[in-house]
Amino acid sequence: MQLPSPRGVLSSHLIDVLAGNARLQPSTLGNAVRTAMVSDDPIADEDVQLSLWVLYELHYRGFDGVDDRWEWEPHLLKARRELEECFEAELRRRARPHVTNAAMAEGDLPERLFGLVDDFGGPSITSYLQREATADQFKEMLVHRSIYQLKEADPHSWAIPRLPDLAKVPLVELQYDEYGAGRPERQHAKLFADGLEACGLDREYGAYLDQVPGSTLALSNAMSLFGLHRRLRGAAMGHLAALEATSSLPCRKYVGGVRRLGLPEEVAVYFDEHVEADAVHEQVAARDICGTLVAQEPHLAEDVFFGAAVCLIMDAILAEHLLGCWQGGQSSLRPTTTADEAVA
Amino acid sequence: MTRLPLAGDLGFTVEQTDEIDVRPCAHGPVLVRGATSVRDADGEDHPVTRPVVAVCACGKSQRGPWCDGTHKVIPRGR
Repeated sequence: MQLPSPRGVLSSHLIDVLAGNARLQPSTLGNAVRTAMVSDDPIADEDVQLSLWVLYELHYRGFDGVDDRWEWEPHLLKARRELEECFEAELRRRARPHVTNAAMAEGDLPERLFGLVDDFGGPSITSYLQREATADQFKEMLVHRSIYQLKEADPHSWAIPRLPDLAKVPLVELQYDEYGAGRPERQHAKLFADGLEACGLDREYGAYLDQVPGSTLALSNAMSLFGLHRRLRGAAMGHLAALEATSSLPCRKYVGGVRRLGLPEEVAVYFDEHVEADAVHEQVAARDICGTLVAQEPHLAEDVFFGAAVCLIMDAILAEHLLGCWQGGQSSLRPTTTADEAVA
Repeated sequence: MTRLPLAGDLGFTVEQTDEIDVRPCAHGPVLVRGATSVRDADGEDHPVTRPVVAVCACGKSQRGPWCDGTHKVIPRGR
């Protein structure tokens, strides 16, 4: 995957350094971080979210021509920590009412977690995609989702070594299913890539990085934030539970949209698999993972709700962006510089 | 070969073995681990391809015996 195009002072400096075009200067980097953090809304800030995404990606697949040693470079980690503090504070601010309600609700932890999901409300694109979206709009949705789905399950895998055994075992059980249950051709990320390719889209990891807005990157960054911090293991698992619990029914509607539009069968296969898989995963995640984690570490309950709320909040932000653009007759993707990079 | 019923009167069963673990979820499906197949009321065996499966307990799944989330959109308290 190529390094992306910069979106501001910070990503510009970071990308120059990683590409070997500039030397890392702590004072320059520090100034660039402070400039980026002046933003009112770190979730919507393109420079902040792209910078975070690039820094996190050093832990995942890396970039062409970028030395893997940058992953643990202390100055980059310091910059990332400052961005994360700002990002996490905003996420906690937005999640607070949902966390408070869930913490005060009746019932065991899984019930309260499912209750948080059911009570969330917020805009949703599922019915629009099922009944009204054009083929181009459906494909734009796939482009936004490709940022996460092409590494589906990886951000939650970070939590495996951080959990007590009774929660670790069901997490591995769930992830084993995500990774194809022993069959590489059934790995969920691969099924998604097959769907992209069948639609004439690019199946390569990171292909659409430049075209998605910061809020789409933020959706992925929140998962990485939770997964890469032991401190946030409760949030990582709450996020997973909410992700799974908001999949099965919507995926049925997406299959309906695929059939209505006559999109390739490979796309239906992806969503169809998720109707069945996520009906299992939501129960395992809420009960066997989150339930047992909080039974052993009760102080993590609020973070579990926090992670779940963040999942829903980020989905709602994406939905609002997509619906706003599409109802205005516009593309939801960033303008590209060359015609052949645009969605067909 | 003893068969273990799942979810009341829907007719889904699994072969009872030492490996089988059955966990009903409140207001939801029955989680089954260790099965190789689940048999429906018509006697058809559905192969298990996941480490854990969710067997429909509400009777309204369109993908029986597997849960497809329909229980979430039907009123509770049958």
